[in-house]
Amino acid sequence: MAENKGVLIFCETKEDKLAAIATELLGCGRKLADDLGQELSAVLVGSGLSDLAKEAIAYGADKVYVVDDPQLKDYQTDSYVSVMEKVVGQAMPQIILLGQTSIGRDLAPRLAFHLKTAASLGCLELAIDPRSKLMLQTKPVYGGNALAVFTADSFPQIATVRAKTMTPLEPDPSRKGEVVKVDAALDPSTIRTKVLEKVAEKVEGIKLEDAEVVVSGGRGIGGAEGFAQLEELAKMLKGAVGATRPPCDNEWVPAGAQIGLTGKIVAPELYIAVALSGSSQHMSGCSGAKTIVAINKDSEANIFREARFGLVGDWKKALPAFTEKLKELLAE
Amino acid sequence: MNMIVCIKQVIDPEAPPASFKIDPAGNKVVPPQGVSPVIDPYAEYGVEAALKIKDAIGGKVTAVSLGTNRLRDIVKKPLAMGADELILLEDEAFDGGDSWSTAYALAMAIKKIGEYDIIFCGREASDWNAGQVGSGIAEILGLPSVTLVKKIEVSDGKAKLERVTDEGYEVIETSLPCLITVSNEIGEPRYPTIKGIMGAKKKEPTIWKPADIGVEASRIGTSGRHTKLLKLFQPVREGKCEIVEGESPEEAAANLAAKLREVKVL
Repeated sequence: MAENKGVLIFCETKEDKLAAIATELLGCGRKLADDLGQELSAVLVGSGLSDLAKEAIAYGADKVYVVDDPQLKDYQTDSYVSVMEKVVGQAMPQIILLGQTSIGRDLAPRLAFHLKTAASLGCLELAIDPRSKLMLQTKPVYGGNALAVFTADSFPQIATVRAKTMTPLEPDPSRKGEVVKVDAALDPSTIRTKVLEKVAEKVEGIKLEDAEVVVSGGRGIGGAEGFAQLEELAKMLKGAVGATRPPCDNEWVPAGAQIGLTGKIVAPELYIAVALSGSSQHMSGCSGAKTIVAINKDSEANIFREARFGLVGDWKKALPAFTEKLKELLAE
Repeated sequence: MNMIVCIKQVIDPEAPPASFKIDPAGNKVVPPQGVSPVIDPYAEYGVEAALKIKDAIGGKVTAVSLGTNRLRDIVKKPLAMGADELILLEDEAFDGGDSWSTAYALAMAIKKIGEYDIIFCGREASDWNAGQVGSGIAEILGLPSVTLVKKIEVSDGKAKLERVTDEGYEVIETSLPCLITVSNEIGEPRYPTIKGIMGAKKKEPTIWKPADIGVEASRIGTSGRHTKLLKLFQPVREGKCEIVEGESPEEAAANLAAKLREVKVL
């Protein structure tokens, strides 16, 4: 059996560009490949991928495999596993990285079982063990209550990485790399699913994942009216409103506002946590925030262990005064 | 419709974070005192998904679970909710497994059950959050799989599914039999009725040992692992929170706003 070498990044695309997660993975992959003294390659799968290979090279790839076929326009498990098997056969990587996205979460485990190897999903940290040269994969387990470090000695080692945990390289358009076209050669009879429709959720204002400021509320907000106050503050700070699970379950806010292990992952400059206790499962969705500010009446609440600044008191009294004062200060 | 749901007993993920303890020597979680284990909430969504189909077009729902040290009343919950049968893969040889050993054993049990149109799994389990067993079972059994599903309609030997995506959702059609992993958006699992609970009390689960499902000893439990757990630990909290004070909550709030401005966070 040939030796497995190098790091391969599965690059997702978005609106004819590399998705943010793809650039983050290339940044992380570059470091792993350098630590191994090996090559970093990328794979682009889709339809009409035009100049994206160049972009992947600018972000750090030495080689880009391009599988461009109209049948690959939509992600489907069967077709993508099939073409990834081909690319892996050609590239023989030691490591494959994917994003912890709706595609990566589906593709990584199915591909791992197909290739009779192992995967770790939702990793926060990846490193090469200096002695064994194996990839060490750190991920939250038990709903964020603990972190686990896994490894495996079957190749390729596969991992998905959570959004915003890795930093992209500054793109360098002068970087040189090789582009390899791979024929999809799909047999349509082996694709057992069909995508009938794709529905994009409408978002008003700033997208939660992109917001620099997130104002988040928990069970203690008590209802939709309370969230209107959070909305007011968020709007003033050009931010977005998030929530823990209970407000979403109770339909005080849309399900898409949920931040946490089972919801969205955000890493804003400022995270204002109002009347939420800071459960592990929620924190694993916002622990990447640069500054956390907490308002909670329970001085023992876990959120005060996570926050940089805190206010112990009733949010109903504190929040309007906080918003008012900020408005004043920001107008100066 | 013959439906199979894979379920698991776990430490209650809603237990207070302070009760969560790790035995660092064994790289194991110490089950919290006085907190009853539960059926994994994600698996419960799987049970709910199967029961919704049973309500709509009829069928049989079989729950399958792998593990040891389980409490009968807990693992019987799918029966109390409305499932028809419960099969337990119960043997120490199944212990200490990872996604590979678990998917393999469950796939072999499902093969033994024989008749199925849809297999349900939670999108991940709340303990190890691996998110791979469903896809693994599908691969081992050679079935199509659709993950992160929030709505299911079955007709003419096909299933129309809504799958949660990062942008919203997509509608996917799949041939049957298939494997579906269910996401929480499917809707709150039903509460067992009194009648359901009484019925479940009378029903005994079927117990299968490794030999009953013809598994190779080297592929189950610890021996069947593909991954190695090197370390399990609790992240250290920095705890450097500066509490901003005031005579009243309103004054404290104004001081907090001024503080954020002062340190140029805003």
